[in-house]
Amino acid sequence: MSEDHDHSELSPIAARVRALETLLTEKGYIEPAALDAIVETYETKIGPRNGARVVARAWVDPAYRERLRADATKAIAELGYAGRQGEHMAAVENGAGVHNVVVCTLCSCYPWPVLGVPPVWYKSHAYRARAVIDPRGVLAEFGVTLPRETEILVWDSTAEMRYLVIPERPPGTEGWSEERLAALVTRDSMIGTGLALGPST
Amino acid sequence: MNPPDRAFAEPWHAQAFALAVALHERGLFSWSEWSQALSAEIARAPERDYYANWLEALEVLIAAKGAGTRVELAALTQAWLEAAEATPHGQPIVLPGR
Repeated sequence: MSEDHDHSELSPIAARVRALETLLTEKGYIEPAALDAIVETYETKIGPRNGARVVARAWVDPAYRERLRADATKAIAELGYAGRQGEHMAAVENGAGVHNVVVCTLCSCYPWPVLGVPPVWYKSHAYRARAVIDPRGVLAEFGVTLPRETEILVWDSTAEMRYLVIPERPPGTEGWSEERLAALVTRDSMIGTGLALGPST
Repeated sequence: MNPPDRAFAEPWHAQAFALAVALHERGLFSWSEWSQALSAEIARAPERDYYANWLEALEVLIAAKGAGTRVELAALTQAWLEAAEATPHGQPIVLPGR
Protein backbone atom coordinates (compact mmCIF):
# COMPACT_ATOMS: atom_id res chain seq x y z
CA MET A 1 0.00 0.00 0.00
CA SER A 2 1.20 3.50 -0.72
CA GLU A 3 2.47 5.77 2.01
CA ASP A 4 0.92 9.09 2.85
CA HIS A 5 1.99 11.84 0.52
CA ASP A 6 2.09 15.52 1.18
CA HIS A 7 2.12 16.34 -2.52
CA SER A 8 -0.22 15.70 -5.42
CA GLU A 9 -0.18 12.51 -7.40
CA LEU A 10 0.21 12.50 -11.14
CA SER A 11 1.00 9.21 -12.83
CA PRO A 12 3.67 9.28 -15.53
CA ILE A 13 1.09 8.44 -18.18
CA ALA A 14 -1.32 11.16 -17.01
CA ALA A 15 1.63 13.58 -17.13
CA ARG A 16 2.23 12.61 -20.78
CA VAL A 17 -1.38 13.49 -21.59
CA ARG A 18 -1.02 16.83 -19.81
CA ALA A 19 2.19 17.47 -21.76
CA LEU A 20 0.36 16.89 -25.04
CA GLU A 21 -2.44 19.18 -23.98
CA THR A 22 -0.05 21.94 -22.93
CA LEU A 23 2.04 21.72 -26.08
CA LEU A 24 -0.92 21.61 -28.48
CA THR A 25 -2.69 24.44 -26.67
CA GLU A 26 0.41 26.62 -26.77
CA LYS A 27 0.85 25.92 -30.46
CA GLY A 28 -2.78 26.78 -31.11
CA TYR A 29 -3.95 23.34 -32.26
CA ILE A 30 -6.54 22.89 -29.53
CA GLU A 31 -8.50 24.77 -26.88
CA PRO A 32 -8.94 23.22 -23.43
CA ALA A 33 -12.61 24.26 -23.33
CA ALA A 34 -13.26 22.35 -26.56
CA LEU A 35 -11.69 19.23 -25.03
CA ASP A 36 -13.92 19.55 -21.97
CA ALA A 37 -16.98 19.88 -24.20
CA ILE A 38 -16.04 16.68 -26.07
CA VAL A 39 -15.59 14.76 -22.82
CA GLU A 40 -18.91 16.02 -21.45
CA THR A 41 -20.71 15.03 -24.64
CA TYR A 42 -19.56 11.42 -24.46
CA GLU A 43 -19.93 11.17 -20.68
CA THR A 44 -23.46 12.50 -20.50
CA LYS A 45 -25.17 13.08 -23.85
CA ILE A 46 -24.34 10.31 -26.27
CA GLY A 47 -24.85 6.67 -25.42
CA PRO A 48 -26.77 3.48 -26.18
CA ARG A 49 -30.14 5.09 -25.37
CA ASN A 50 -29.85 6.71 -28.80
CA GLY A 51 -29.46 3.38 -30.55
CA ALA A 52 -32.30 1.91 -28.50
CA ARG A 53 -34.64 4.55 -29.92
CA VAL A 54 -33.60 3.62 -33.46
CA VAL A 55 -34.28 -0.07 -32.76
CA ALA A 56 -37.65 0.61 -31.10
CA ARG A 57 -38.72 2.75 -34.07
CA ALA A 58 -37.70 -0.02 -36.46
CA TRP A 59 -39.78 -2.50 -34.45
CA VAL A 60 -42.97 -0.47 -34.58
CA ASP A 61 -42.67 1.26 -37.94
CA PRO A 62 -42.16 -0.98 -41.01
CA ALA A 63 -41.60 2.03 -43.26
CA TYR A 64 -38.82 3.24 -40.97
CA ARG A 65 -37.28 -0.24 -41.00
CA GLU A 66 -37.26 -0.10 -44.79
CA ARG A 67 -35.50 3.26 -44.73
CA LEU A 68 -32.99 1.85 -42.24
CA ARG A 69 -32.27 -1.02 -44.64
CA ALA A 70 -31.94 1.28 -47.61
CA ASP A 71 -29.74 3.96 -45.97
CA ALA A 72 -29.01 3.51 -42.29
CA THR A 73 -26.99 6.73 -41.99
CA LYS A 74 -29.92 8.77 -43.26
CA ALA A 75 -32.58 6.90 -41.27
CA ILE A 76 -30.59 7.26 -38.05
CA ALA A 77 -30.09 10.97 -38.75
CA GLU A 78 -33.90 11.31 -38.97
CA LEU A 79 -33.96 10.76 -35.20
CA GLY A 80 -31.24 13.36 -34.72
CA TYR A 81 -28.28 11.04 -34.34
CA ALA A 82 -25.42 11.94 -36.62
CA GLY A 83 -21.86 13.12 -36.52
CA ARG A 84 -18.53 11.77 -35.44
CA GLN A 85 -18.02 8.12 -36.34
CA GLY A 86 -21.56 7.74 -37.58
CA GLU A 87 -20.97 9.05 -41.08
CA HIS A 88 -21.26 5.62 -42.71
CA MET A 89 -23.68 3.36 -40.91
CA ALA A 90 -25.20 0.00 -41.77
CA ALA A 91 -28.02 -1.68 -39.85
CA VAL A 92 -27.82 -5.48 -39.67
CA GLU A 93 -31.00 -7.26 -38.66
CA ASN A 94 -31.34 -10.36 -36.56
CA GLY A 95 -34.16 -12.65 -37.61
CA ALA A 96 -35.19 -16.24 -37.96
CA GLY A 97 -31.98 -18.24 -38.24
CA VAL A 98 -29.63 -15.24 -38.39
CA HIS A 99 -27.72 -13.47 -35.63
CA ASN A 100 -25.30 -10.59 -36.18
CA VAL A 101 -22.24 -9.70 -34.11
CA VAL A 102 -20.06 -6.60 -34.50
CA VAL A 103 -16.34 -6.33 -33.79
CA CYS A 104 -13.42 -4.16 -34.83
CA THR A 105 -10.57 -6.60 -35.22
CA LEU A 106 -7.84 -3.99 -35.72
CA CYS A 107 -8.70 -1.29 -33.22
CA SER A 108 -11.99 -0.02 -31.81
CA CYS A 109 -14.19 1.38 -34.59
CA TYR A 110 -17.68 1.81 -33.18
CA PRO A 111 -20.83 3.81 -34.05
CA TRP A 112 -20.48 6.65 -31.53
CA PRO A 113 -23.69 8.59 -32.35
CA VAL A 114 -25.92 5.63 -31.50
CA LEU A 115 -23.87 3.74 -28.90
CA GLY A 116 -21.45 6.24 -27.35
CA VAL A 117 -17.86 5.16 -26.74
CA PRO A 118 -17.21 1.42 -26.72
CA PRO A 119 -17.11 -0.65 -23.52
CA VAL A 120 -13.77 -1.96 -22.27
CA TRP A 121 -14.38 -5.53 -23.44
CA TYR A 122 -15.10 -4.38 -27.03
CA LYS A 123 -11.57 -2.94 -27.17
CA SER A 124 -9.92 -5.95 -25.53
CA HIS A 125 -7.51 -8.22 -27.35
CA ALA A 126 -9.57 -11.26 -26.30
CA TYR A 127 -12.78 -10.03 -27.93
CA ARG A 128 -11.14 -8.66 -31.07
CA ALA A 129 -9.16 -11.84 -31.59
CA ARG A 130 -11.94 -14.33 -30.88
CA ALA A 131 -15.15 -12.78 -32.18
CA VAL A 132 -14.36 -13.77 -35.75
CA ILE A 133 -12.90 -17.22 -35.18
CA ASP A 134 -15.18 -18.40 -32.37
CA PRO A 135 -18.30 -16.23 -32.21
CA ARG A 136 -20.35 -18.98 -30.59
CA GLY A 137 -17.80 -19.35 -27.79
CA VAL A 138 -17.70 -15.59 -27.26
CA LEU A 139 -21.51 -15.38 -27.19
CA ALA A 140 -21.62 -18.17 -24.62
CA GLU A 141 -19.39 -16.08 -22.34
CA PHE A 142 -21.96 -13.31 -22.61
CA GLY A 143 -24.65 -15.81 -21.64
CA VAL A 144 -26.10 -16.00 -25.13
CA THR A 145 -26.78 -19.49 -26.49
CA LEU A 146 -28.29 -19.69 -29.95
CA PRO A 147 -29.84 -22.70 -31.69
CA ARG A 148 -27.18 -24.72 -33.53
CA GLU A 149 -28.78 -23.99 -36.86
CA THR A 150 -28.69 -20.22 -36.36
CA GLU A 151 -26.16 -18.64 -38.67
CA ILE A 152 -23.87 -16.11 -36.98
CA LEU A 153 -22.66 -13.24 -39.15
CA VAL A 154 -19.66 -11.29 -37.81
CA TRP A 155 -19.17 -7.74 -39.07
CA ASP A 156 -15.71 -6.19 -38.87
CA SER A 157 -16.03 -2.44 -38.40
CA THR A 158 -13.65 -0.03 -40.07
CA ALA A 159 -13.07 3.70 -40.19
CA GLU A 160 -15.33 3.61 -43.28
CA MET A 161 -18.24 1.47 -42.04
CA ARG A 162 -19.95 1.08 -38.67
CA TYR A 163 -22.67 -1.42 -37.84
CA LEU A 164 -25.75 -1.33 -35.62
CA VAL A 165 -27.40 -4.66 -34.85
CA ILE A 166 -31.21 -4.59 -34.88
CA PRO A 167 -32.10 -7.31 -32.38
CA GLU A 168 -35.34 -9.27 -32.64
CA ARG A 169 -38.36 -7.79 -30.94
CA PRO A 170 -39.11 -9.91 -27.87
CA PRO A 171 -42.36 -11.87 -27.95
CA GLY A 172 -45.07 -10.65 -25.61
CA THR A 173 -44.52 -6.97 -26.39
CA GLU A 174 -47.38 -6.49 -28.85
CA GLY A 175 -48.96 -3.08 -28.56
CA TRP A 176 -46.11 -1.63 -26.48
CA SER A 177 -45.15 2.02 -26.96
CA GLU A 178 -41.83 2.89 -28.58
CA GLU A 179 -40.58 4.29 -25.29
CA ARG A 180 -41.37 1.11 -23.38
CA LEU A 181 -39.80 -1.00 -26.11
CA ALA A 182 -36.63 1.11 -26.12
CA ALA A 183 -36.07 0.21 -22.47
CA LEU A 184 -35.69 -3.44 -23.54
CA VAL A 185 -32.89 -2.65 -25.98
CA THR A 186 -29.54 -3.09 -24.27
CA ARG A 187 -26.21 -1.85 -25.56
CA ASP A 188 -24.98 -5.42 -25.95
CA SER A 189 -28.04 -6.38 -27.99
CA MET A 190 -27.02 -3.69 -30.50
CA ILE A 191 -23.47 -5.06 -30.70
CA GLY A 192 -24.80 -8.60 -30.97
CA THR A 193 -23.32 -9.95 -27.74
CA GLY A 194 -26.76 -9.88 -26.15
CA LEU A 195 -30.44 -10.14 -26.95
CA ALA A 196 -33.17 -7.63 -26.25
CA LEU A 197 -34.64 -8.07 -22.78
CA GLY A 198 -37.93 -9.91 -22.33
CA PRO A 199 -41.16 -8.14 -21.33
CA SER A 200 -40.97 -9.31 -17.70
CA THR A 201 -37.59 -7.65 -17.00
CA MET B 1 -18.35 -8.93 -18.86
CA ASN B 2 -20.89 -6.16 -18.40
CA PRO B 3 -19.56 -3.65 -15.86
CA PRO B 4 -21.46 -0.45 -15.05
CA ASP B 5 -21.48 1.99 -17.93
CA ARG B 6 -18.91 4.69 -17.58
CA ALA B 7 -17.55 6.26 -20.69
CA PHE B 8 -14.06 6.77 -19.27
CA ALA B 9 -12.47 4.91 -16.38
CA GLU B 10 -9.80 7.57 -15.72
CA PRO B 11 -9.69 11.32 -16.32
CA TRP B 12 -6.61 10.94 -18.52
CA HIS B 13 -8.48 8.45 -20.73
CA ALA B 14 -11.12 11.12 -21.33
CA GLN B 15 -8.50 13.78 -22.06
CA ALA B 16 -6.59 11.54 -24.46
CA PHE B 17 -9.84 10.62 -26.21
CA ALA B 18 -10.83 14.27 -26.58
CA LEU B 19 -7.38 15.21 -27.90
CA ALA B 20 -7.70 12.78 -30.81
CA VAL B 21 -11.22 13.95 -31.62
CA ALA B 22 -10.27 17.64 -31.46
CA LEU B 23 -7.11 17.24 -33.54
CA HIS B 24 -9.03 15.28 -36.16
CA GLU B 25 -11.69 17.98 -36.30
CA ARG B 26 -9.03 20.62 -36.69
CA GLY B 27 -7.79 18.64 -39.70
CA LEU B 28 -4.41 17.57 -38.34
CA PHE B 29 -5.15 14.01 -39.50
CA SER B 30 -7.96 12.07 -41.16
CA TRP B 31 -9.85 9.47 -39.17
CA SER B 32 -8.41 6.74 -41.40
CA GLU B 33 -4.93 7.93 -40.51
CA TRP B 34 -5.93 7.84 -36.87
CA SER B 35 -7.34 4.29 -37.10
CA GLN B 36 -4.18 3.15 -38.83
CA ALA B 37 -1.95 4.70 -36.17
CA LEU B 38 -4.04 3.21 -33.35
CA SER B 39 -4.21 -0.20 -35.04
CA ALA B 40 -0.43 -0.18 -35.47
CA GLU B 41 0.11 0.45 -31.75
CA ILE B 42 -2.43 -2.22 -30.82
CA ALA B 43 -0.75 -4.71 -33.16
CA ARG B 44 2.63 -3.88 -31.64
CA ALA B 45 1.44 -4.35 -28.05
CA PRO B 46 -1.87 -6.22 -28.07
CA GLU B 47 -1.96 -6.76 -24.32
CA ARG B 48 -1.05 -3.20 -23.36
CA ASP B 49 -3.72 -0.98 -21.84
CA TYR B 50 -6.00 0.37 -24.56
CA TYR B 51 -5.57 4.02 -23.68
CA ALA B 52 -1.79 3.59 -23.36
CA ASN B 53 -1.87 2.51 -27.00
CA TRP B 54 -4.18 5.42 -27.80
CA LEU B 55 -1.65 7.82 -26.27
CA GLU B 56 1.25 6.25 -28.16
CA ALA B 57 -0.68 6.64 -31.41
CA LEU B 58 -1.32 10.31 -30.61
CA GLU B 59 2.36 10.99 -29.92
CA VAL B 60 3.40 9.20 -33.10
CA LEU B 61 0.91 11.08 -35.30
CA ILE B 62 1.66 14.44 -33.73
CA ALA B 63 5.36 13.94 -34.40
CA ALA B 64 4.66 12.70 -37.95
CA LYS B 65 2.54 15.78 -38.67
CA GLY B 66 5.16 18.13 -37.26
CA ALA B 67 2.90 19.40 -34.49
CA GLY B 68 5.23 18.42 -31.66
CA THR B 69 8.41 16.45 -31.15
CA ARG B 70 9.14 13.66 -28.70
CA VAL B 71 11.79 15.91 -27.12
CA GLU B 72 9.30 18.72 -26.49
CA LEU B 73 6.81 16.28 -25.04
CA ALA B 74 9.38 14.60 -22.79
CA ALA B 75 10.43 17.98 -21.36
CA LEU B 76 6.81 18.97 -20.69
CA THR B 77 6.01 15.60 -19.14
CA GLN B 78 8.92 16.07 -16.75
CA ALA B 79 7.74 19.60 -15.95
CA TRP B 80 4.25 18.29 -15.11
CA LEU B 81 5.66 15.57 -12.83
CA GLU B 82 7.80 18.14 -11.01
CA ALA B 83 4.82 20.46 -10.69
CA ALA B 84 2.83 17.62 -9.10
CA GLU B 85 5.65 17.01 -6.61
CA ALA B 86 5.60 20.68 -5.66
CA THR B 87 1.82 20.93 -5.28
CA PRO B 88 0.31 20.31 -1.83
CA HIS B 89 -2.11 17.41 -1.84
CA GLY B 90 -5.65 18.36 -2.82
CA GLN B 91 -4.70 21.48 -4.75
CA PRO B 92 -4.86 21.74 -8.52
CA ILE B 93 -1.57 21.11 -10.23
CA VAL B 94 -0.43 23.98 -12.43
CA LEU B 95 2.63 24.37 -14.57
CA PRO B 96 4.70 27.32 -13.28
CA GLY B 97 5.37 30.14 -15.71
CA ARG B 98 2.65 29.16 -18.15
